[in-house]
Amino acid sequence: MQTEFSKEQNLLRDVVSRALRDKSPATAVRELMATDRGYDPAVWQELCGDAGLAGVHVPEVHGGAGGGAVELGIVAEEMGRTLFCGPWFASAVMAGTALLEAANESDREELLPGVADGSTIATLVLDDLDDPAGVGGSITAAANGTLTGAASMAVDAHVADLLLVVASGTGGLGLHAVEGGASGLAIEPLQVVDPTRKLSRVAFTGVPGRHIGEVTGDILNRIWDRICSALAHEMMGGAQHLFETTVSYTKERFQFGRPIGSFQALKHRCADLLLEIEIARALTHHSARCLDSGEGEPCAASMAKAAAADAYMSAARAGIQLRGGIGFTWENDTHLWFKRSKGSEVLFGTPAIHRERMMTMLEGAA
Amino acid sequence: MIPDRIRQEVSAWLDANWRVDRPLIEWREILLEGGWAAPHWPEEWYGRGFTLDQTAVVAEVFRERDAVPAAQVGPRGLASETILACGSDDQKRRFLRPILTGEHTWCQLFSEPGSGSDLAGLSTRAEMKNGKWTINGQKVWNTSAHHADFGLLVARTDWDVPKHQGISYFLLDMRQAGVEARPLRQMNGHQSFNEVFMTNAVVPPEDLIGGEGNGWHVAKTTLSFERRGFSRRVRGSSIDGPKQGPIYEEYEEELRIAAEPYTWYPQREGRVDLVLPRARETGAINDPATRQEIAKLICLYTGARLASDGAEARRKAGTTEIIPAGSIGKLAASVIARQASHVHTMISGADAALSGPDSAADGIIAEVLVSVPAISIAGGTDEIQRNIISERVLGMPKGYRADQGPFRDIKRNA
Repeated sequence: MQTEFSKEQNLLRDVVSRALRDKSPATAVRELMATDRGYDPAVWQELCGDAGLAGVHVPEVHGGAGGGAVELGIVAEEMGRTLFCGPWFASAVMAGTALLEAANESDREELLPGVADGSTIATLVLDDLDDPAGVGGSITAAANGTLTGAASMAVDAHVADLLLVVASGTGGLGLHAVEGGASGLAIEPLQVVDPTRKLSRVAFTGVPGRHIGEVTGDILNRIWDRICSALAHEMMGGAQHLFETTVSYTKERFQFGRPIGSFQALKHRCADLLLEIEIARALTHHSARCLDSGEGEPCAASMAKAAAADAYMSAARAGIQLRGGIGFTWENDTHLWFKRSKGSEVLFGTPAIHRERMMTMLEGAA
Repeated sequence: MIPDRIRQEVSAWLDANWRVDRPLIEWREILLEGGWAAPHWPEEWYGRGFTLDQTAVVAEVFRERDAVPAAQVGPRGLASETILACGSDDQKRRFLRPILTGEHTWCQLFSEPGSGSDLAGLSTRAEMKNGKWTINGQKVWNTSAHHADFGLLVARTDWDVPKHQGISYFLLDMRQAGVEARPLRQMNGHQSFNEVFMTNAVVPPEDLIGGEGNGWHVAKTTLSFERRGFSRRVRGSSIDGPKQGPIYEEYEEELRIAAEPYTWYPQREGRVDLVLPRARETGAINDPATRQEIAKLICLYTGARLASDGAEARRKAGTTEIIPAGSIGKLAASVIARQASHVHTMISGADAALSGPDSAADGIIAEVLVSVPAISIAGGTDEIQRNIISERVLGMPKGYRADQGPFRDIKRNA
């Protein structure tokens, strides 16, 4: 198994990092998060259409760059660092992974190229965003392929050209393709804590859909693991950004005639935070390497999701606290990362759910 | 020299010289003459100028052949490296040989009751009287001092200069009337350390090392060897299984004595290895709250290992980033040990009230619970590690200090 990033991977990180710093400054994040659409189509075209960021993990035969979970993680980390606003996570990570893991070969051939080059915005609709064991039951697929039921929330469904829906049919769970404008489809935007990632309720009333693959328990868990590993990377990027800016702030802010970063109360909190972030980042990078090599702990993605979420929230809490009053204002950018941290902590399983999932994998169910 | 070539040479030399029926010290004299006692030392001092990697190859061949190596365990390793680095030729001539043969054991006399984290605030007094250094003061946390022949001593020789500048470093003969070592009992019941009282103890002028007032520099040299593992913890015999031959009896006894202070060290690290077996044995593995805490421990333990492997790989690749792997690793070890102690408590429940043979795992769990508090203190407290990390890695400003100027004027413990 790989233990370090290769030269090519470091180069990818540099390129993506530069592009995102340029295209996704905090001012752009603030503008986009206030819109209903939530992203800038021109930037989407540049980053995903031209630069290929939606297809880093898609095989070359399907129009992607042929990377794996490590490359996907690198992009996710940089996206999280800048709070990139756009359906990249829904389309590339969630829908892309579902197609790669569950769709029949012919459907992959048909659907993946559009996702990989950004011309199709897709999302994955699951009726449970807490635990893979809870998926299924709320959306059913009839024998003629029509879907009925609802998902209480779906990521970026409001801008999706293609919805991949996991629904219960006569033969168990299946993956179903539904067009964005299909009849009987109701997408109702929800008010969210983290406005940089849009969520909607998605209801299906006899919506025409096409069965494109089986979703066994194993397949669902593989999809879940890949999404969680990528989300952990996204969280580590955000945590790192908060940590760096917070430490810088303590060097610049003076009280009692000295920089507040010279007080041990703050220094020790920062040192503890560094340790928590180092541990979480090591687990996060490890999770992607495990997924790509098929080696390592089966619970690596759950370890990463749990540790990254806790570390991000620690960094977010410290980011507010160490800035004092200014950190609690709307004007200061810290709350944007705090809210993304909270949103990411709870989607696809809270740390507690992942720790239980880990233990079940290691020792069996309680 | 390439590893294969080293292997051949060592093997040939052992073929000609290694015998199990020699007295231990006699064998080591031969080892010294042969140049295999300390291959990483320079040729004029018993060595061959090998790198540490090359030296490791030699050690490997010794292990394969069950051949007894030079005495190197415990504080004597710090003594020999310090003397080699900072000592005069006369000191090297007098002290190095009996360290390597195992004739002399050593101890470190650094910490004091009044200066723990602030080592440079030490106040043991060394004064020149009638041509000899006269020492008065008290040291603490001195492993092996009760049987040591010599001690590495730092003491204050000048009270009118800033604190780091008034310290000198001595090689103290422990076998004299003015030196008394008393065992120090710890909260876990073990006696791994001593307190050492010096009352008009004497050191001849030729046993001052590194020059008067230069003791802090020499002490930092010792500490750097300590960090690099030259006082390697003794885990018992490096030779596996019962070996036939008189020399092994002497050698085993040497190792046993050196290892004794460290028997509880695995317990202070929390015994993570016992968590899952104990949880299965007691049924606590089915308790949702305990499962959460076990999972947190596994994440910490696995993540810290991965992070340290990654830092090591980057260091080898020649990174320019600052990696204080020591401080981060030490802080991680504390966090892991505390979480393990917490989990062991949850697993044992009321049984955690028992200790000794009455308790779980023959007292090991009880020993974990009362030994873990040591890990965040020994070798530099967690608070000091956090200072190091925040200042050296994160570049946060140093706090204001109240210990500048002549040492005489600095407030200190009574």
